[in-house]
Amino acid sequence: MSDHTEKNVDEVTGVETTGHSWDGIEELNNPMPRWWLWSLYATIVWGIAYTIAYPAWPLISGATTGVLGWSTRADVARDIETHNAKNGPLVEQLLATEMNRLPENPDLLRYAVARGGAVFKAQCSQCHGSGAAGFKGYPNLLDDDWLWGGSLDDITYSVRHGIRNDTDDDARFSQMPAFGEFMEKEQIRGVAEYVYSLSNSDADAVLAASGQPLFAEQCAACHGETGLGDREQGAPNLADAIWLYGGDRESLIHTITYSRFGIMPAWGQRLIEADVRAVSAYVHGLGGGE
Amino acid sequence: MTQTTPPSLYAAQEPVFPRKVSGKFRRLKWWIMLVTLGIYYLLPWIRWDRGPNLPDQAVLLDMAGRRFYFFWIEIWPHEFYFVAGLLVMAGLGLFLFTSALGRVWCGYTCPQTVWTDLFILVERWVEGDRNARVRLWKAKWDFHKWRLRLTKWAIWLAIAMATGGAWVFYFTDAPTLARDLLRFDAHPIAYGTIAVLTATTFVFGGFLREQVCIYMCPWPRIQAAMMDPDTITVAYRDWRGEPRGKHRKAIQPAETAPRGDCIDCMACVNVCPMGIDIRDGQQMECITCALCIDACDDVMDRIGKPRGLIDYLALSDEPAERAGAAPKPLWRHVLRPRTLFYTALWSLVGVGLIYALFMRSDMELAVSPLRNPTYVTLSDGSIRNIYDVRMRNKHSEARVFQLSVTGDTGVQLQLEGQAEGRSILVPADRTYLQRVYVTAPRRDPAATQARSEIRIWVEDTATGTRASQETTFNGKAE
Repeated sequence: MSDHTEKNVDEVTGVETTGHSWDGIEELNNPMPRWWLWSLYATIVWGIAYTIAYPAWPLISGATTGVLGWSTRADVARDIETHNAKNGPLVEQLLATEMNRLPENPDLLRYAVARGGAVFKAQCSQCHGSGAAGFKGYPNLLDDDWLWGGSLDDITYSVRHGIRNDTDDDARFSQMPAFGEFMEKEQIRGVAEYVYSLSNSDADAVLAASGQPLFAEQCAACHGETGLGDREQGAPNLADAIWLYGGDRESLIHTITYSRFGIMPAWGQRLIEADVRAVSAYVHGLGGGE
Repeated sequence: MTQTTPPSLYAAQEPVFPRKVSGKFRRLKWWIMLVTLGIYYLLPWIRWDRGPNLPDQAVLLDMAGRRFYFFWIEIWPHEFYFVAGLLVMAGLGLFLFTSALGRVWCGYTCPQTVWTDLFILVERWVEGDRNARVRLWKAKWDFHKWRLRLTKWAIWLAIAMATGGAWVFYFTDAPTLARDLLRFDAHPIAYGTIAVLTATTFVFGGFLREQVCIYMCPWPRIQAAMMDPDTITVAYRDWRGEPRGKHRKAIQPAETAPRGDCIDCMACVNVCPMGIDIRDGQQMECITCALCIDACDDVMDRIGKPRGLIDYLALSDEPAERAGAAPKPLWRHVLRPRTLFYTALWSLVGVGLIYALFMRSDMELAVSPLRNPTYVTLSDGSIRNIYDVRMRNKHSEARVFQLSVTGDTGVQLQLEGQAEGRSILVPADRTYLQRVYVTAPRRDPAATQARSEIRIWVEDTATGTRASQETTFNGKAE
């Protein structure tokens, strides 16, 4: 090193100081290598070039787009296009296959179920739950109880046309009367107790017996003599363990008095055909499909 | 205070021209270089037969297929703890060696040291030894200088490309990739990786060298915490060497004050790849490559003084040596609570990994209960729980796995998509996801208790090997 000027040297360490002193404390100068400085400048140049090449500078509306024209949105669009192109033959097959025969083609079924799972999460989970377990008034799709039938064809029909909506003339439709309008409260209590007795052993036998004739007269037409229901009319099985609106006495009295009227949109009017088929296959595969 | 121009806060890189040296440590370093570089360049080419459906490369990090192959060991993603464990062992090993023997990793086996050593060898071969290189450095850029420089850089570049090239062979089938690379048919990532590693090898080994150790590597800053006065390290016996002075064949006793053994010949400085003077004491820059020991021993032999003026020694021996006593034996420095503790920890992890390695089965299952919802009531009042069972077939051929369930109660197992069967064909070397339904009848204890323990079994029908996992069955608590 050349001794061109006098240096401030720290006596203890023998290291040159910067000459800066604060309350007698002097700053030692252990110089960084110069290439380090150059690499700092290189990163600055790189940073500026990057902001020119890629979207970076915020403007009043939007931001600079960058000379390379790169965007995440375009990336996603390209990804979607790639996948659509890749799945094109499967979609064609799905559209050409009868729903009931779908299980004969395991690869196609796997694709349909995977696709349907995505559709379900987006379109169906709001009412039926993300795990498809349903809520009060919205059927649980995991069990083996089906109001309108649990075959692939039945489910596809329900999805496509919906239930009791007024937008699709082919929607599944049925309506239970509100028996509170023409039956006495005591009579309703009797019918409710009879229905309760169909699936419970702790029912009041006398009360239930009083409801039985009324049931045969008013309810059996749809729900059947023994309460096993009728899928043609979406009339629930009253003798099983599954209750859409609750199976306790209070719920039963409420249902008989005021009736129920569950509605599902016609998804054929909202989804493309491939998605209708896919989501039907998904629902069928949840564990209760027939 | 006198007026001075402010000093520069940046310094130019001081060129280092390590002189050729020979001796036992230099020989050791050549051997280590041969072995480490040999392993690095040749390992991906070793073949290892694993059967028909598996790769036959002995060491393969198959990222796309999510398998690590190491000779007879195959690591699946869920066994990544083996890799973590090896990294922990590497860390503890580094602690152990540093606390016992100082920076032996830096001095002998660090890739930066090994490749720099190789590059210096090339440099010396092309441009000559230290004095010739200093002259060349000062010389004008004439034809002679250009010729030597370009030759050196070309050889460096070839080594750098081979280095980057060897790296990518660890990640895919080496012969196939080599063929694709030569046909310019390989994946761009392979070329990109080679380009980056070629550039870093060329720049770090050729030009940055000691700068990497001093300014980039965190290890020199951390190692001080691993070392103590009992650590064996490269040091200068200044009590023996000082006061230093030029060597004279015949010393007149009356002429001068007594001299130390150091004749200030600068041999230790001239051979140092870090460009430091070991006689200044312990320094962060010193990678303990021990070349100064070789250089000094050579000089001591020639002037008829005992070897070891610069030597591997423990600083705690200094008072004893100053007093003329013998230093403590080596093993008493190396065997101390700290190194024993590191050894114990290192061994503990090692034994654990070996145990885990031998406990592995060729067939495994993982059961994850689906908890949305926790249970499903079926129309006959029975309670169903749903589980995702992942079965791993580590064999190189497909196997039929049979599923079953056991529990204290009458639970039944059913496979999704199958009415009756309990068997699944799992392809070779694959994980197969099968959804299963476990059902408890209406009045079964499992159906009415909030929770009961069940166990799901998988049996390999070919060998009878069984694996199982316990899980919980959720009932409808009344």
